[in-house]
Amino acid sequence: MGFDLSLARAEVRQFKISRTTETRSICPYCAVSCGVIIHTLGDRSKNATSAVVHIEGDPDHPISRGSLCPKGITLKDDINNPMRIKSPKVRRPGSDHWEEITWDDAIAGIARHLKDTRDRTFVAKNAKGQVVNRTPGLAMIGGCTDTNEFNFLQWKAISAWGVPYRDSQARV
Amino acid sequence: MTNGWVDIKNADVILAMGGNPAENHPVGFKWFMEAKRTRNAKLVVVDPRFTRTASVADLYAPVRSGSDIAFLLGLIRYALTTGRFHSDYVKIHTNAPYIITDKFSFNDGLFSGFDGNTHQYLKENWAYEGDPKTQAYSLDQTLQHPRCVFQLLKKHVDRYTPEVVEQICGTPKETFLKVADIVTSTGNAERCGTLTYALGWTQHSIGVQIIRAGAMLQLLLGNVGRPGGGVNAFRGHSNIQGATDTGGTFETLPGYLKTPTAQLQTLKDYNDSGSPTTLNKQSWATMNYWVNYSKFMVSLLKAIYGNAATKENDFGYAWLPKVDGNYSWMYIYDDMYRGSSMRAGAKEPAPEGFLTFGMNPVALGPNVKKMIAALSKLKWMVVVENVEIETAKFWNAPKEYGGAPPSQIQTEVYLLPASGFAEKDGTFTNSARWLQWKWKALDPPGQSKTDQEILSRIFLAVQNLYRKEGGALPEQILNVSWAYTNPVNPDLGEVLKEMNGKALADLHDPKDATKVVKTAGQQIDGFGQLMDDGTTMCGNWLHSGVYTEAGNNAQRRNNADPTGLGMYHNWGFSWPANRRIMYNRASADAEGKPWDPTRVGIQWNGQKWVGDVPDMKPDAPPGTYGAFIMLPEGVARLFAASLNDGPFPEHYEPVEAPVANPLHPNVTSNPVALKFASDKDTLGTSDKFPIVCTTYRLTEMYHYWTKHQEGGVLNELQPGFFVEIPEKLASQKGIANGSKVRVTSARGSIEGVAMVTQRLQPFKINGKELWQIGLPLHWGYAAAKGHTGPLVNFLTASVGDPNTWTPEYKAFLVKLDKA
Repeated sequence: MGFDLSLARAEVRQFKISRTTETRSICPYCAVSCGVIIHTLGDRSKNATSAVVHIEGDPDHPISRGSLCPKGITLKDDINNPMRIKSPKVRRPGSDHWEEITWDDAIAGIARHLKDTRDRTFVAKNAKGQVVNRTPGLAMIGGCTDTNEFNFLQWKAISAWGVPYRDSQARV
Repeated sequence: MTNGWVDIKNADVILAMGGNPAENHPVGFKWFMEAKRTRNAKLVVVDPRFTRTASVADLYAPVRSGSDIAFLLGLIRYALTTGRFHSDYVKIHTNAPYIITDKFSFNDGLFSGFDGNTHQYLKENWAYEGDPKTQAYSLDQTLQHPRCVFQLLKKHVDRYTPEVVEQICGTPKETFLKVADIVTSTGNAERCGTLTYALGWTQHSIGVQIIRAGAMLQLLLGNVGRPGGGVNAFRGHSNIQGATDTGGTFETLPGYLKTPTAQLQTLKDYNDSGSPTTLNKQSWATMNYWVNYSKFMVSLLKAIYGNAATKENDFGYAWLPKVDGNYSWMYIYDDMYRGSSMRAGAKEPAPEGFLTFGMNPVALGPNVKKMIAALSKLKWMVVVENVEIETAKFWNAPKEYGGAPPSQIQTEVYLLPASGFAEKDGTFTNSARWLQWKWKALDPPGQSKTDQEILSRIFLAVQNLYRKEGGALPEQILNVSWAYTNPVNPDLGEVLKEMNGKALADLHDPKDATKVVKTAGQQIDGFGQLMDDGTTMCGNWLHSGVYTEAGNNAQRRNNADPTGLGMYHNWGFSWPANRRIMYNRASADAEGKPWDPTRVGIQWNGQKWVGDVPDMKPDAPPGTYGAFIMLPEGVARLFAASLNDGPFPEHYEPVEAPVANPLHPNVTSNPVALKFASDKDTLGTSDKFPIVCTTYRLTEMYHYWTKHQEGGVLNELQPGFFVEIPEKLASQKGIANGSKVRVTSARGSIEGVAMVTQRLQPFKINGKELWQIGLPLHWGYAAAKGHTGPLVNFLTASVGDPNTWTPEYKAFLVKLDKA
């Protein structure tokens, strides 16, 4: 063939993670907050879709020092879970199934519901005549892996809508 | 946590109660083992089960679920009667010398001030003696006055002898005495011990008082504020600490400012209610840091309302919703179920629209049958999630949960695909109060969007509707500032900057008005720079310092540890003020010398406090201020009039009590426990449901998420639900390991595989043999194929703690049968 294949034959198979992009993250499970390194294929160029191929503990992290528990070390199964929902859905009143809906229609539908409920149930003054500006028709709960920043945005939205019924995983 | 995960390695004694960290916080638990390995620390585990944590303990003591207060008050009694407590610490850092009014009393299970009609206490009976106006409070530094806190405590705990502890908790007296000996060995300057707990303490109708009893023990031993000490709550989720800090509950605004109540009609009334009067009755003064309340509040109002917040309009205070009563978890679903609520003496509508972001209330909340019936009454609901959880398809729940058929449920449900942790950036706050930034690794799958984009799109769409159509008080919505560079999908770094706060005008040095500390537009360095005149804004004063002109401090990754104590001041950012140990002024004596020179929290070097970031004015010499700067008296409270169920903890049985209270059978359970009265709120009694049941987690599973991982390793490790049953109980009932059993409470009934174990043993309580069984909580009707299971909360009751309104999941009554 005109060139020597022995070098190629002698080549040791490269580790799967030798060409991955490493991202520093924090485990989303318990509140130890172990450092995790997420290995993705794809170099983040615009035309490349990243895919998680490996997750390991971050040895630099002062609390976890590279360790992860069974849940942390299998985080790839969480990210790549085939059961992830990938499009918005709606279940109409009385229906027994989901229907696909576009994001625009979902947001418009929710905004309309929210406004109608707020206008219908808004209490400007309580029975004692005190200004209360609340919407008892609305309730909202927030989760345990929402970021601090999301939580702040959520507090702003809740205050804007006058939602008195609000709680989070912190209670239960 | 007052301290940090790594700090556990500095302890001489670790008392682990109300939690199973080896199982539930396994990587944090490394630091327990490090303390054992390098300090020869003693690990004492007190738990109803012989858990994975117990299996590596130096001493394990069994205790019946729900009886922890009796055990802890027994330890306090032991410390006080044997003198094994840190008396120098107690005298300067606690309210032990304070004299209490003669209106305080405790008789037959009730503190003075109990109102039998409302089932509430009038707390003014529990005050310090003296006149709040003239500040003429009385103290007895010798701790001899019969009504000083120290003597009242001594009298209160006197009933909790080792024999009584055995009678209530089922802990053999000899084992209890061994625990007491080890734990109280830290009641001095030389040694230091830590206390760790988790949901095994919080999820009781006496949860707060259990924690208080633990904190009081730590104060008496002089272990609070010191490296290797503290009261350390292990939170169960990656960012519920952050949710708690950022106004995630109805009663708080960001930074633990209080949600305004209806009677606080003006900003001044509101600010005054948050700024307590200083009590200067120690030999030193108090910083009483909440006197800065108005600065935090006005800066928060500037963050939410921007330019619309002016001095003339009370900075928009009127737009903030005001509450009348309780709107927490169990009230949400109770009002939803009943269709209305009474507020300020009048009927108001119940929630008809409901949004849930990353939450699964059907699985998470108590009394699933009531929950599903409540959600069925909604007009609409929005579920933002990664997978199709139980809540999203509550309208199609299995029949046994009692829901109506889908055709009769008129709720419109939107299920919106969100991004997981790896698909978004932003900060999580861990149990040790560390804010750590995580970087986004990849895009979410399919059409999924980040939570911040979903919320922003809804917010902006609602704003547009009000702009176009008007409606109820549009200014409440239109004046909220959403001025992000990309309002549809705000950059979270930009939001974190907003939370940190910035100067809106030039800020001058309070000591030298000619000096400009910050020019308008600059990020502030910390909450000490906040103002209440509208010249600063700050979304969360407690987080201030996280994103300064130096950059995003939550991203810091320098793991140098010059102290050797595991503080890591240049890793991430720890609220408040990057302090790693709270109350660290108490790590030193009256002169500012550390109790233990090998474990320095902070110390006075003649000019300033050095060590950790001081929990004290940095240049205030010892003797200027008390160590507990957030309290008006400046000292820690062994006696606290602020709680709803008593100034001292007292043993009460769970609401579903397996036995009458051995101490006061006429007041068996917490007399002010939270209960509900709907037709779905049934409670069981021990004649029909004789077995104590508790719920817990497994290390291989995570709450109600990991069961959804199709093809996942974790579903192979823990494939399904089981019921943990003591061997002797199983043999009495003819239950074989691996056979099917049925567990039934007054609310529901579930089936599972019997896991017969020696880890649970019978308890002898007040002469009666009592059994306890355990249920891991991870399953439900939505899961990967082959991994569905019953919801354990089908069994639990909507009852809870009167301070936190957290449900009592950890002790309820069931019966057990072969299936």
